[in-house]
Amino acid sequence: MTNKLNTYTVSVYTENNIGLLNRISAIFLKRHVNIESLTTSQSEIDNIYRFVIVVKVVESKIKNIVKQIEKQIEVIAAFYHTDKETIFLETALYKVKSKSLFDEKHIQKIIKNSQANIVTVSPDYFIIEKTGWREETEKLYDSLEPYGLLQFVRSGRISVSKEAMNISDILELNTDK
Amino acid sequence: MKKTNKISGSEAVIKCLLEEGVDIIYGYPGGAIMPIYDELFKYEDKLNHILTRHEQGATHAAQGYARVSGKVGVVTATSGPGATNLVTGIADAQIDSTPMVCITGQVASHLLGSDAFQECDIIGISTPVTKWNCQITKASDIPEVIAKAFYIAKSGRPGPVLVDITKDAQFELMEFKYKKCNSIRSYIPIPKFSINEINKAAELINNSKKPFIVFGQGVILGNAESEFKQFIEKTGIPAAWTILGLSALSSDHPLNVGMVGMHGNYGPNVLTNECDVLIAIGMRFDDRVTGNLETYAKQAKIIHFEIDPAEVNKNVNVDIAVLGNVKDTLPELIELVKEKSHTNWINKFHSFYKKEFDKVIKNDLYPSKEGLTMGEVIREINEISKGNAIIVSDVGQHQMVTCRYASFNHSKSNVTSGGLGTMGFALPAAIGAKMGAPDREVIAIIGDGGYQMTIQELGTIFQTGCAVKIVVLNNEYLGMVRQWQQMFFDKRYASTEMVNPDFVKIAKGYFIDGKKIKKRENLKSSIKEMINSKKPYFLEVCVEKEANVFPMIPSGASVSDVRLE
Ligand SMILES: Cc1ncc(C[n+]2csc(CCOP(=O)(O)OP(=O)(O)O)c2C)c(N)n1
Ligand SMILES: [Mg+2]
Repeated sequence: MTNKLNTYTVSVYTENNIGLLNRISAIFLKRHVNIESLTTSQSEIDNIYRFVIVVKVVESKIKNIVKQIEKQIEVIAAFYHTDKETIFLETALYKVKSKSLFDEKHIQKIIKNSQANIVTVSPDYFIIEKTGWREETEKLYDSLEPYGLLQFVRSGRISVSKEAMNISDILELNTDK
Repeated sequence: MKKTNKISGSEAVIKCLLEEGVDIIYGYPGGAIMPIYDELFKYEDKLNHILTRHEQGATHAAQGYARVSGKVGVVTATSGPGATNLVTGIADAQIDSTPMVCITGQVASHLLGSDAFQECDIIGISTPVTKWNCQITKASDIPEVIAKAFYIAKSGRPGPVLVDITKDAQFELMEFKYKKCNSIRSYIPIPKFSINEINKAAELINNSKKPFIVFGQGVILGNAESEFKQFIEKTGIPAAWTILGLSALSSDHPLNVGMVGMHGNYGPNVLTNECDVLIAIGMRFDDRVTGNLETYAKQAKIIHFEIDPAEVNKNVNVDIAVLGNVKDTLPELIELVKEKSHTNWINKFHSFYKKEFDKVIKNDLYPSKEGLTMGEVIREINEISKGNAIIVSDVGQHQMVTCRYASFNHSKSNVTSGGLGTMGFALPAAIGAKMGAPDREVIAIIGDGGYQMTIQELGTIFQTGCAVKIVVLNNEYLGMVRQWQQMFFDKRYASTEMVNPDFVKIAKGYFIDGKKIKKRENLKSSIKEMINSKKPYFLEVCVEKEANVFPMIPSGASVSDVRLE
């Protein structure tokens, strides 16, 4: 087994439960593993939630962590994937002074070339949205920074796996007892 | 007045416990749980509440009860400090897989988050040390949550569960209907076993020349003692136990070769690194068992029988993993394995035993020096109890000596804090053990240090008349720490010397008969007197102050480097 740190996307399907976020993050805390990003949302199944957690660890560790997560009562299934095995994106928002947009023609070209969208324009500021890989949102950041960024925020990763997850099957199996 | 079938949340709690067959609970009252205690008062004849002297004592008592009876231990405590006092016992139950349900009171729901008097986020605090926990703020949720709590605590790999109930939910009226929980769609307590893996395991075992079994508490928790015995008898494989596996196989069984681990027996440790197939059954490769993982059984193929998938390949990478309850998997395996005997291989264990006997055991059990040894105390207890007692041990040198030398004819008879190593465990755990097995002799073996961590439970013993026998092995040291200081810190005995009180007087203060002995000539008769007593009894034995426990695998060393001196 290698000791190389890899980026893994952990997907966790859960029942909705108040304490679950705490329980799952405690598993990382106990092992001194930093969470790079964490997103929760509804999943493709009614009342089933999905956590997407990104961490950088060695493979042996992620295997253990995922088993520990899966062991939690309200967790239906947990998976880990490498970047190659998933389709993933992040969304970034950039708030820039409106003056820059009008004064600097160049900035319009940047927005267009990076396939970003202008979400809102107001007399004082405008907001640009870019969804894509980390390198893309970072590149846009670097390009916009010289014009003065009033605010910048980037979401956690959202990701879907290339392989099927078959959560409904798992649920059916477990209820059929 | 209109008649209503509604009852209070508190009464519902009691009814749920009765539905689950609970007849004894351990706890301590306080403001936020008073409505439940008020109901306990009404149900006194059906539900025996044992008032311990500290909430930690309640958890350990519940653990002792659960460990000997196989039932779920139940604990109640109030919010805030009552709840935080449970944490040590909950952590202990989690790491030692003990089924336990703790019910805590909580401030009224409208006060949650306001730093109200005795408010404490016990859900947050207990999350990493519980199998599951849940806060209830509505009375109507009580039956479903408590049913789930019991199911989770006892199913699969057992563990502690905490249910926190706000005071308003305890008062609120509700319609009571109870349905036991027997499945949760997101929870697989026992993974399905694969017959394929069992086939592979059988083939490895059938072809092995020097197979070796290490078994743990999984055998006891799975109630698989007889299947386990059948398996080893058919295959003739020598079997060693982890500290929590102790008593699953009777001590005098010819294939029982002793304990593995830091203070385990010489042969099992050294031969771990000589066997060709290592069969791990219901154990989890704790670091106290394996020593340095880099040099642990590298030559062997490893087969792991385990109920918890998260334990597989956690510490040791295995060649074959057979998931499932050993109660189900061992019978399948027995069908497939060949009858064999391994005389030469077993003789190797015997010859290592002989070395260990000459260097260590002889001096422990039959000392020629003047000072009393812990080992001879255990030997004398064995001779009188004939291996039929439940032995509860605390944590330290006396624990290792007890587990090394105590003999057992019955399973579920060794109660000790293994994974957490909680000093103060034994006295309250012995109370629970005696209540869980009232017809058995229960003897607690405790160090002078650990005894004083929960000594207040003498009050519980006095109040309930619980006839436990307490043996304090007094070396006037935190002996285990002192041993490490001697061996690894150039004898710098930093804060390990204990100036102790008159323990017999303290026992007598609680009206418990007691005696202190210093001389060998009084040992046998005192132990006899203790065991013959129908009442609780306290015996202090002054033992050699600076004795060390051997064999020992220094931490971080290999099992092959186990030291005899
Ligand atoms: C609650 C707790 N605190 C500290 C320790 C560390 N510790 C392990 S063994 C030991 C000494 C125990 O002394 P004693 O109870 O007298 O038993 P002895 O080793 O002398 O037999 C200590 C302090 C522990 N295991 N548990
Ligand atoms: Mg001591």
